[in-house]
Amino acid sequence: MENNTQGFEAYVRQNDDNECALKLKISGVHCAACIQKIETTLDDFKNINQRRLNFTTGALSITWNGPKEDANNYVSAISNLGYGVHPYKEGDKSSDEQNRFLLMCMGVSGFAAGNIMLLSFGLWITDQNTMGNATREFLHFISALIAIPAVLFAGRPFFRSAWVALKNKRTNMDVPISLALLLATGMSVHELVRDSEHVYFDSALMLCFFLLIGRYLDFRARANARSAATDLMSTLSGFATVVSDQTTRKIPIADIKPNMIVTVAMGEKIPVDGLIETGATEIDTSLVTGETMPCIAHEGDNVFAGTLNISAPITIKVTKTTGDSLLADIVRLIEQAEQGQAAYTRLADRAAKLYTPLVHSLAITAFLLWFFVFGISWQDALMISVTVLIITCPCALGLAVPVAQVLSTGQLLRQKIMVKSGDALERLAKIDTVFFDKTGTLTNGHPELIGEYSDSDLKLAASMATHSQHPLSQSIVKSYDGDLLKINDLKEIPGRGLKGTLNDKVVLLGNQKLLSDYDVYLDFQGDSMSFFLYQEGQKSIFFRFEDFLRHDTATILSYLKSKNLRLILLSGDRNSVVKKIVKKLPFDRAYGDLDPTHKYKILESAKENRQHVLMVGDGLNDAPVLAGADVSMAPGTAIDMAQNTADIVFMGNDLSPVKTAYNMAVKTQKIIKQNFAITIAYNMIAIPLAFMGEVTPMIAAIAMSGSSIFVILNSFRLKLKP
Amino acid sequence: MSVLIFLIPLALILGLIGLAAFLWSLKTEQYEDLDGAANRILIDENPSNKVKKVD
Repeated sequence: MENNTQGFEAYVRQNDDNECALKLKISGVHCAACIQKIETTLDDFKNINQRRLNFTTGALSITWNGPKEDANNYVSAISNLGYGVHPYKEGDKSSDEQNRFLLMCMGVSGFAAGNIMLLSFGLWITDQNTMGNATREFLHFISALIAIPAVLFAGRPFFRSAWVALKNKRTNMDVPISLALLLATGMSVHELVRDSEHVYFDSALMLCFFLLIGRYLDFRARANARSAATDLMSTLSGFATVVSDQTTRKIPIADIKPNMIVTVAMGEKIPVDGLIETGATEIDTSLVTGETMPCIAHEGDNVFAGTLNISAPITIKVTKTTGDSLLADIVRLIEQAEQGQAAYTRLADRAAKLYTPLVHSLAITAFLLWFFVFGISWQDALMISVTVLIITCPCALGLAVPVAQVLSTGQLLRQKIMVKSGDALERLAKIDTVFFDKTGTLTNGHPELIGEYSDSDLKLAASMATHSQHPLSQSIVKSYDGDLLKINDLKEIPGRGLKGTLNDKVVLLGNQKLLSDYDVYLDFQGDSMSFFLYQEGQKSIFFRFEDFLRHDTATILSYLKSKNLRLILLSGDRNSVVKKIVKKLPFDRAYGDLDPTHKYKILESAKENRQHVLMVGDGLNDAPVLAGADVSMAPGTAIDMAQNTADIVFMGNDLSPVKTAYNMAVKTQKIIKQNFAITIAYNMIAIPLAFMGEVTPMIAAIAMSGSSIFVILNSFRLKLKP
Repeated sequence: MSVLIFLIPLALILGLIGLAAFLWSLKTEQYEDLDGAANRILIDENPSNKVKKVD
């Protein structure tokens, strides 16, 4: 992995004791051995005080005493281990705090609910005659002592959200929850003072505890999605080598201004949009255009940020700052697409919208009916009203979605499919159209050498190719293992190939143009997927390459087709290549020669036709579509930005995860619907009973917990069959 | 029944100790990196940190 290891001192923060602190984002950390390798490597630096790698977020914090510039040594040490190092962009801090807040509330309500149940159990199984009035009151009093502060403390997530909703003249699920919590507690205090037989502090707390569990699980799933967005910002911040007054220095890309001169070494990513000032090279634009083969760029040509400089060092005059580079345009397109996404309302929210007004009006009707029509005391009428609120409390509804989603995403994770947002599966279950990218998604993404070649030819070709970053050269190197020859005077000619001498004879490896430059006669017509090897005085050898389809591409596509999904190919590669590949596959439509904006336009028109789209892609050119599609998947080999914007990332060399994830999504959705059905059935039975005053709040609380447990058990069926 | 006057506060105190422990673990960021903690258990201790042999 190529990495910049200079200029990190700009990100060092120094505290009062002259201690330096640096936070880095490490990519490529997969296991315990990675943690150990990175941390022990840093232990070799004597002046480091603290180093800790957060495995979950990939954030590495280092503190040390010494000059700021030491940062670069640490970075290069980690980079030399083969990990990607980026400056860490501080993400949404409030998300961490929210996480801690929910956990704290959950802990407190769990503690209180446990203790109060201890007391309530005694109260439930005996009556006044056995227990005596004084004991009962003592137990009631202790219950109140635990419950009141606990409800006020742990209920805050609900109170806050309900308050915000009411202030904006809306209502949400948290309004009836807050009302039920407050009313049940308030009623119980009233009963306590009145010295009556029952108090319902336990109901209030159990309710609170169960709901917080659901809330926390839901939050975790969403926080994962958010951290993915933070990662994106981290990869974008890097360094560029700037030339001024004959000296070079590294500065953060964000600080680059137009008209600066930037040098880009061979194999480096081009950091900014600009014009080539000196040098000629080949540029791998696959990230931007999706084309497999590199294109040639000379002095005066435009180059774009994010593309890879392959064959020779160049200097670039910056024309635009990163803020309005092509890369930034794509990022903006992604953001725009993501905003469109926000309009999606999750199933649970839609259910809440229907549910809350119903519950409110039921509770109020119950109170009015009993108080005015049947003429019972207002306390008893209020009691019935509270019972209705508790019994209809959307506890099971609150658990119905998150539990099923957490279980199924866990199941998928075990099959190396990472689902980054909780509702991605919900959206995946509804798709009717699938967009596929070609290079790197349907195919393996790198050309492979095909045909039979003699050992000596391969050896010579590999010896030359090992000095080049060209994808075809790299694939020659990959298909040969053995000793290499020493080639003299080796030179890479951009857009042509490699030239060198062996035993004072000229050897050439490259395309047709290179060989015709040296007047070599060829029997074959070469194309972009072929190389020639020529040795002075010998017949030239023709190497052919192909970017193979993944081994299961055809099977998976026909499977998706059989599920009545529309399959569409969006490729940035040339039309001729696309046509060839489509012949073998069951696509409904195929587009070639698309740039990122076009790809996005096709998505937009699909959305206008009310199609629900799954996008599977891996390149930068796919990123806007990945972000804008209803749901998106990217292979683990995709560039960081595609992985970051996709909802689901899968590992391995197969396309089968698309099938697995789709099936799991459909199954999860089925379970969620069953969960809703259970909740509704329970309400249909319980509400009339509560309404008639046949149920005490205590029984309501038990029934409510019962339905929650039923919902959880049903969700666990997701784990039964893989 | 007067034994309850001791037993219930005792139960509550034990519960509170548990709660305090939970809040402490939360404050000391022990829930920040759950996957990391699961992996770190596999890391061998640094050989130099191991207990020296006594003759």
